[in-house]
Amino acid sequence: MKSFKKLVLSAVVAGIAATAAHAESVKIAYIDPLSGPFAATGVNGLHQFEFAADYLVNDKGGVLDGTTFEVIGFDNKTSPKESLIQLQVAIDQGARYIVQGNGSGPAHALTDAIEKHNKRNPDARVLFLNYSAVDPALTNEACNFWHFRFDANADMKMDAMTDVIAADESIKKVYVIGQDYSFGKAVSAAAASMLGAKRPDIEIVGNELHPIGKVKDFTPYARKIVSSGADAVITGNWGSDMLGLGKSAIENGFDGPIFTYYGAGSGMTAAFGESGKNSIRLVAESQINPPASDEATALYNAFKAKYPDGNIDQGRIFNVINMLAMAAEKAGTATDVVAVASALEGMEADGVFGGKLMMRAQDHQIIQDIHIQVHTNEGITFTYDNSDYGVLQESTVTMASKDAPTTCEMKRP
Amino acid sequence: MSLFIVNILDGLVTGLLLFMLCSGLTLIFSMMGVLNFAHASFYMLGAYFAYQISTYTGFWVGLIVAPIIVGVFGALIERYGLRRVHKYGHVPELIFTFGLALLIEEVVQFFWGRSQMPYRAPEALDFAAFSIAGNAFPAYKVFMIFVAIGLFLALLYILTKTRIGMTIQAALSYPETVQNLGHNVPLVFMGVFGVGTAMAGLAGVIAGPVMGTFPGMAVFLGSIVFVTIVIGGLGSLWGALIASLLIGWIQTFAATYNVRMEDILTGLGFDKPEPIWDSAWQDLWTLTLPQIGPILPYLLMVIVLVVRPQGLFGKRES
Repeated sequence: MKSFKKLVLSAVVAGIAATAAHAESVKIAYIDPLSGPFAATGVNGLHQFEFAADYLVNDKGGVLDGTTFEVIGFDNKTSPKESLIQLQVAIDQGARYIVQGNGSGPAHALTDAIEKHNKRNPDARVLFLNYSAVDPALTNEACNFWHFRFDANADMKMDAMTDVIAADESIKKVYVIGQDYSFGKAVSAAAASMLGAKRPDIEIVGNELHPIGKVKDFTPYARKIVSSGADAVITGNWGSDMLGLGKSAIENGFDGPIFTYYGAGSGMTAAFGESGKNSIRLVAESQINPPASDEATALYNAFKAKYPDGNIDQGRIFNVINMLAMAAEKAGTATDVVAVASALEGMEADGVFGGKLMMRAQDHQIIQDIHIQVHTNEGITFTYDNSDYGVLQESTVTMASKDAPTTCEMKRP
Repeated sequence: MSLFIVNILDGLVTGLLLFMLCSGLTLIFSMMGVLNFAHASFYMLGAYFAYQISTYTGFWVGLIVAPIIVGVFGALIERYGLRRVHKYGHVPELIFTFGLALLIEEVVQFFWGRSQMPYRAPEALDFAAFSIAGNAFPAYKVFMIFVAIGLFLALLYILTKTRIGMTIQAALSYPETVQNLGHNVPLVFMGVFGVGTAMAGLAGVIAGPVMGTFPGMAVFLGSIVFVTIVIGGLGSLWGALIASLLIGWIQTFAATYNVRMEDILTGLGFDKPEPIWDSAWQDLWTLTLPQIGPILPYLLMVIVLVVRPQGLFGKRES
């Protein structure tokens, strides 16, 4: 009987010890769509985060002498309201780091809620590591100390895109087309003002918005683009609107470059296939082809071995994990998020997929190289969607928009 | 002028595609009195099956086989699903097809995922057939026109000139009499349902490469299909054809010409409120034709229903 009690006691002790060891892990809550129409993107992003945490941190023994990163997925169904519910659940489960990226609507909701939460709960503050929501407002008028953005914002991408267009003397006429909502309008306004400043001789021969998710056949739009005599197209379209517009334009005789924000990965590359070759351009950070380094090649191969159907189409996710680990080391803690945030401010690092990174202190916007990549099947090491096609780095704007002004007035704790 | 001709052709392609979808639905409705909410889902299945087959054997086998699979599937649904709920009346039938549409969408997502499928037109048709003032007209679209017209002529011939067609038409109006004459009316119904869904499947097979193959494609077209058969007149093949072409041209021309509400209103003698972004009329003044293009078919439906409640070619007096 005594030995049985001993056994139970030791089991309980072991259990407590195990929980204690478990609590050592840094919980990172991934709040993005895991169901609904955008689930494919959301699930692929979660896989990239889980893989990055294991590959870059846990397999190397963790940070701060053995603390590991644990990524937990929370489904926000792309809804701002649902994001707030999931945020509460995540905080209750002990997450101190929130990552989100699909949609600026949920990002705005989260950054507001996190600022309020941190004010009311100084003992359980959390950081918001935004890896993809690109609304410039998040690092301007809506900025706060707890939000860090690891992607270039929409204006910075347009800045890089228009740099490349401005340098191309053969482009004299540009057609801007987008979805009729805030992002499409922002892209259209930025394109007009930046092209006007950089190449006043470029004529914007079309600037229009189409109903989002309602156009069944993009042929009439393709006809307008062709008859306008445009040399290049700029679009912020995504999803089936991106594919429909791009395919129609190419099939109906448009042979110039189509500059896109979301024209590759997530099924898009396979669907464009041969027709999009040398036509679709993608503006993005992180260089996939040719791989920036041997380490990047090894990492991508390891990812493909684990997720044969996945794509690394958001290289910045790896930078988030890498820089979070560096900041924790520098601050000497992973639980005091104020110390970690202060360590992140102004931090410089090497990008996992090449280039330098710098987290600008005044607005928490990362500064990095932005590439214009072209959809092709030549010279591709890593394809997307298991097709023969991928995006090849064509030109690079180094440390893009390094000195871009910001209206952020940040209050520090 | 050249752009006008190109638009006529583009609208023709869109319209004929819509017709392929609607003809099956309107046939099924006139026979069984059931609005098949899952009709566009069979269109989606056609595209997905054809994509899957084309990865093994190329496009052409898929073109033949996929609609047959969809048709057989549709016939089985009628035999073992619809026929059983039929005795409870129309509402259970509607709910059954509605549920079927949701189920098919989930199943498609389960097997193929949520991304766009790389379903492409065959390489043999991957060239510009001709071009008008720099606007290329893809050979594949010429092919689509021929398939749709061929389908229409075949249907018209079968329904009006053959014995099967006469049996079908008779079974529409006097099922009991036809049954008593020794025809197997339930089998006729099953056949028509199968053929109707197979036509939707065929539309999916040839539309998939152009309009994209993704889980939302059924919902995308679902409502416009009903609008078309209501405008054309329920049960009328000619009505479905004319209404489809009308909608095809309306949508094409609406998206092409940037007619602005501002120009119309100033033309009518109204003064533009300044500054416009403070005005309560801002939305009305800044409206353009391409923006309202997608709702024009619904507007047309309302007008047709007011003027001619049975639709353009509908026979039913109500």
